[in-house]
Amino acid sequence: MTSYAINMQGVTRRFGDTCAVDDLSLSVAVGEVFGFLGHNGAGKTTSVRLLNGVLMADSGDIRVLGLDPQTEGPQLRSRTGVLTETPSLDERLTATDNLTIYADLYGVPVQQVKQRVSTMLETFGLSDRAHEKVGGYSKGMKQRLALARAFLHEPELIFLDEPTSGLDPVATQEVHEMIRHVSQDEGRTVFLCTHNLVEAQRLCNRVAVMEHGRLAAMGTPKELAREIGTNVTYRLEIGLEQRQAALDILKRIPSLMDVQSDDEALMFTSTDREMIPDLLTQLVSTDVRVYALTPQATSLEDIYLALHARKGHRQ
Amino acid sequence: MNTRAMWAIIRKDLKVVLQSKSVLIPLIMVPLILLVLMPGVGGLLLANADADSEMITDFRREAGAFFDNLPDTFSTRLDQYDNEVQRITYILFNMFFPSLYLILPVMAANVIAADSFAGEKERKTLEALLYAPTTDRELYLAKIVGPWVAGIAIGWLGYIAFALVVTATTFSYMGEAFIIDGTWLLLIIWIVPAAAGLGLGAMVWVSSRVSTFQEAYQLGGMIVIPLILLILGQVGGVVYFSPLIVLIIGAVLWVPTIILIWYGARSFKRGELIARL
Ligand SMILES: Nc1ncnc2c1ncn2[C@@H]1O[C@H](COP(=O)(O)OP(=O)(O)OP(=O)(O)O)[C@@H](O)[C@H]1O
Ligand SMILES: [Mg+2]
Repeated sequence: MTSYAINMQGVTRRFGDTCAVDDLSLSVAVGEVFGFLGHNGAGKTTSVRLLNGVLMADSGDIRVLGLDPQTEGPQLRSRTGVLTETPSLDERLTATDNLTIYADLYGVPVQQVKQRVSTMLETFGLSDRAHEKVGGYSKGMKQRLALARAFLHEPELIFLDEPTSGLDPVATQEVHEMIRHVSQDEGRTVFLCTHNLVEAQRLCNRVAVMEHGRLAAMGTPKELAREIGTNVTYRLEIGLEQRQAALDILKRIPSLMDVQSDDEALMFTSTDREMIPDLLTQLVSTDVRVYALTPQATSLEDIYLALHARKGHRQ
Repeated sequence: MNTRAMWAIIRKDLKVVLQSKSVLIPLIMVPLILLVLMPGVGGLLLANADADSEMITDFRREAGAFFDNLPDTFSTRLDQYDNEVQRITYILFNMFFPSLYLILPVMAANVIAADSFAGEKERKTLEALLYAPTTDRELYLAKIVGPWVAGIAIGWLGYIAFALVVTATTFSYMGEAFIIDGTWLLLIIWIVPAAAGLGLGAMVWVSSRVSTFQEAYQLGGMIVIPLILLILGQVGGVVYFSPLIVLIIGAVLWVPTIILIWYGARSFKRGELIARL
C-alpha cells in the first residue's frame, strides 16, 4: 500500500482550446490537509472532478487511495466525500431527506442511517430546521448542509471546493474548526480548493499554487516563502535613546528597504537573509542595545502575489 | 448492481417530482379530462339519447367512411346489439378512446422525465449525484425506472377509472359492465409500457439538448403528435383496433422506444454530463 492519498503524474485535460489542467503532477500524503490555490479558471474544480473519476483525463496517470478513478470510479467515490462548488442540494426536500438519500447512496449501514443523519444535522447546527425544505435556507445553512453531506459516510479523503465562499466570519470559523477536527482528530485527508489565502495558511500543511492549469509552486507555506524569496519584514527593538544611531546604520545597508520607525521599534524589509549577521555586528559594535530582531511571518498572500508578479501571468 | 443506491435515486426523483406544480397539474388534469370527464359526458349523453331520433338512426350513414372498412369480426360484434345507441356506445369506447387513452402514459412519463432529467440539470442537483458511488449505467437505470414505472402505473390506474366511469354511465342501457376484452388487455400490457417508454425516451433525448424544465416540457410534448395522427386515422376509417392491430401498433411503438432508451444509455456518461453542466 502506498502512503499517498493522491498521486497525479502528467495529467492533462482540455476543453476545446482551453487547457484546464496542463501536465499536472502532484501527490498528497495520507492525513495531510492539502491546499489547492489558484485564480478563477486555474483548474481547481476540474482537478477535483478528475480525481474522482467524474471527468476523464486526456492523458496522464491518476491514483487516488490506490485506485484509478477512470476505471474504479464507483469504489473510489464510496471512499471520498466531495463538497462541490455549488451546494447541489435538492431544495424541494428537507435537510433530513437530503441526507438520508445520500446515506443510502453512499452505503451507510442501514441501521445507522437515522442516527448518523441526526448526528450530522446536530454537528452542523441544523437540527431545529431539519424538517424544513432546503429552498428556504440561507446560503450559509445550505453550505453547512452540503458539508454535512460530504462528511456523512465518513470518507477517508475529503475534497472541499471553496468551502467558505459566501460564509460570514463566524460560519467560516466553524468550518475551519470542522476541517481541523476531521484532519487532526480523525486522521482524514483533506484536499482544499480555495482562493482564500488566510484560510490556506491557517489550515494547510502544504499548498500548491495553480496558474492556468499548471503548477506554479508547491510546498509548505514556509518552503514557498524561501523558494520564492519574497521580501521579509523585520522588526527591530532597541533602546529608545539609540534610535538615531540605529537608523543611520540601517540606511547604510543597501539591501534594506522601507525603513520605518514607530514608537517602540524599527521596521525594515529585505530579501537578503545574509545581511542579518552583519547588521547585528554593526549595531552591537556601536553600542546599540538590541532587545529583539524578529522576522514577521511571510503570509501566503505575499507569496501568492509575488508569484503572480514574477510570472506576470495575470492579465 | 448497487440496488440500494438505485432505489435511493428513484425515491428521490419521485419525491422531488411530486413537489412540483408544473408536473402535478398535467399529471392530474390530463387523466381527469381524457378518462373521466370525456367518457362520463359521452356516456351520459348516450344514456339519455332517444334511440329513435334521426341523429342516432342516421349515425351509420353519417360516419360512412368508418363503417365502409369495418372488419368482419367487428361487424359481428356490433350486430349483437339491439339498437344504434348501444352500437355507438361500443364504438366510442372501444374504437376511439383507446388512442386517446394512449396519450396518458406517454404524457405522464414524458413530464416526469422532464423534471428529473432537464429539471435536475436546471436545479443543479446533478453534480452531487454524479459524485455518488454508482456506475454510469446504474445511475441511468435508476433515473429511467421512476418515470417509466410511474407512466405505466398512471396508465393502468387511468384504465380502471375509465372502466368505472363508462360502466356507471352506460350500464343502464347496455345491460353489461365495461369489461376488459382482448384488445384492451393487449393495450394495457403491451402498448402502455411501450408508450410510457416512448414518452420517457423522447424526453431523455430532448433533455440532453436543453437546459430548463420548461424547454424540455414544451419540446418533449411533441411526442404525442404521432398519437394524434393515429386518432385521425381512426376517424377516417384507416385504423381499427383489434388484437392484431394492437400487437402491430405496439411493435411499432417499441422500436423507437428501444432505440431512444438505448441511445440514452450510450450517451449517459458522467464525464460528458458534467462538462455540459
Ligand atoms: N465543461 C467545461 N467546458 C469548457 N470549458 C471548461 C469546462 N470546465 C472548465 N472549463 C475551463 O477550464 C478552465 C478551468 O476551470 P475550473 O472550473 O477548473 O477552474 P477553477 O480553478 O475551479 O475556477 P474557479 O475559482 O472560478 O472555480 C477554465 O478556463 C474553464 O473555462
Ligand atoms: Mg472552481
